[in-house]
Amino acid sequence: MSFGLSHIDLEEGTATRQAFGDALVAAGTDERIVVVDGDVNNSTFTNGFMERYPERFFNAGIAESNMVGIGAGLAAAGKIPVVASFSTFLMSNAFDQIRMSVAFPNLNVKLVGTHAGISIGEDGPSQMAIEDIALACSLPGFTVIVPADAASTTAATRAMLEREGPTFLRCGRPKVPVIYRDGDDFQLGRSNQLREGADVTIIANGIMVAMALDAAAALAKEGVEARVVDMHTVKPIDTSAIESAGNETRGIVVAEEHLAYGGLGATVSMVASEKRPVRMAFVNLGDVYATSGKPDELLVQYGLTPAAIVDAVRRVLKD
Amino acid sequence: MPEDHHEDIEGLKARARRIRRHIVAATTAAGSGHPSSSLSLVEIVTVLFFGGVLRYDPDDPHDLDRDRFILSKGHAAPGLYAVLAEAGYFPVEQLTDLRKLGSPLEGHPNMCRLPGVEASTGSLGQGPSIAIGHALAIRLDGRDARVYVLVGDGESEEGQVWEAAMYAGNHGLDNLTLIVDRNGYQQTDAVDKIQPLDPLDDKFRAFGFETKVIDGHSLEEVSAALDWARGVTGKPQAIIARTIKGKGVALLEAKQGGWHGKPIPPDEESKALEEIGAAS
Ligand SMILES: Cc1ncc(C[n+]2csc(CCOP(=O)(O)OP(=O)(O)O)c2C)c(N)n1
Ligand SMILES: [Mg+2]
Repeated sequence: MSFGLSHIDLEEGTATRQAFGDALVAAGTDERIVVVDGDVNNSTFTNGFMERYPERFFNAGIAESNMVGIGAGLAAAGKIPVVASFSTFLMSNAFDQIRMSVAFPNLNVKLVGTHAGISIGEDGPSQMAIEDIALACSLPGFTVIVPADAASTTAATRAMLEREGPTFLRCGRPKVPVIYRDGDDFQLGRSNQLREGADVTIIANGIMVAMALDAAAALAKEGVEARVVDMHTVKPIDTSAIESAGNETRGIVVAEEHLAYGGLGATVSMVASEKRPVRMAFVNLGDVYATSGKPDELLVQYGLTPAAIVDAVRRVLKD
Repeated sequence: MPEDHHEDIEGLKARARRIRRHIVAATTAAGSGHPSSSLSLVEIVTVLFFGGVLRYDPDDPHDLDRDRFILSKGHAAPGLYAVLAEAGYFPVEQLTDLRKLGSPLEGHPNMCRLPGVEASTGSLGQGPSIAIGHALAIRLDGRDARVYVLVGDGESEEGQVWEAAMYAGNHGLDNLTLIVDRNGYQQTDAVDKIQPLDPLDDKFRAFGFETKVIDGHSLEEVSAALDWARGVTGKPQAIIARTIKGKGVALLEAKQGGWHGKPIPPDEESKALEEIGAAS
């Protein structure tokens, strides 16, 4: 699917859930790492770890609240539990357990939600996590990561396992374009500027990063230079990158595969309005549930495209 | 006024074949979906809709005197859509729009978009509680409508199913019938390997249900069990229907439950339809 602009093809590259699953197997040499999954290991790709380290893999069955509670107990007992499911079943179904058993006691549980966003396609709205970032960001002490591609997911998985503290990592279902190479600099809490530009800043994460790069390339042809920032860590957010964007460019567009309320856009605008108020526009799912359809059809239908980002940039630059 | 729809055994067999054919055709056309999870519930929905059990009127789907059927295991939507189309809620031709952009036949049931869908499901474990809400409202209004809810056996691992069971039992909701599609498998393995549920009927009895264990592919047994359920007073009823995931299609049955969430490939479709048998 070209989305009318350039190279974005959801059938090429590696899915971020696959990169997570592979990185988890590699990290498994650390015997403290244990995995709890809710009868979806062939979807979350924790099955690689299951096959390699069966004694450290627990299938909790279709019981997400119990699954999260088990993760909390494992963490309190000194293990490093990775608790995985579809992001919506993990974050929405088990939210009180996440709040009370993980966040409040600040336990070292790694929550990994896959199949986030509308790009899962045909399964439809019941399986699409589009509130998960709002839920995760609301929790004191949580680190929240939304990587854009395979290499950055690999780096994010490693970083998540190395740091102490509750973390939510969000992965997607479809294959996504390659943006980073293995070994590229990736630090939690520090965004990556992928393209320099003095006119406007596009801040994105997840699958919207590739779209932002695409939009910036299209804008360059019109003489508009857009800075592109991959804000892979939504919390703690990279405030200095937002401040610089405000100081050095004329406005900020935030693009994410999430509802309007409580996601990256809300977080960036909170920081910008305090540090450096600037014109902003938002590309997200607004305030509605989606439907079934092919992933690329849905992205077009719900306005998550490079063209939508270009439109938002025009709104920001219009005086 | 909603009415029951009573067909003879030959009629029911033909309905079941047609429903199976719709399930296969729709999921193969969609290129995704859950045919095996839908094929295991065919006789159950056939008897509910055409065996003189549910009282419904497709032209008046919100009539408060109707009986309700809630598909809690929402991923079996192709089975629900097939029986709703057969019952006349929408044209059978619409079934192959399954999962397409713009179609109300979403990957999982959406009650806002399709008449006859009683609950939006797809996150497992939630149907029984919604069914209780209907049952309480019906009782409050003094109506004689009944509520049927179908749950998966893997789905029965959700705590909410047992919160609902405890409530229904404690409150003597005899207008509520819970049916378990006991096909023995969930997404990643056999239920017995993940969370053995047996003795499942004893569990429901302990929660205050009257129970029956039946062959969920025998139209006669399903019919007798649903007749029995309507006669029970003072307690909700749980029917454990022993079924086969992928029933009727050799390719799926051969996987012994290991076929989950995948359509039949287009080049296997005609063989599958042949095994199911002619539409009438
Ligand atoms: C809360 C929740 N967790 C996980 C899933 C993913 N999922 C969809 S179907 C399924 C297996 C269901 O097994 P079962 O209830 O036995 O139904 P069957 O397909 O065997 O009829 C799973 C785990 C889900 N839909 N909802
Ligand atoms: Mg099952």
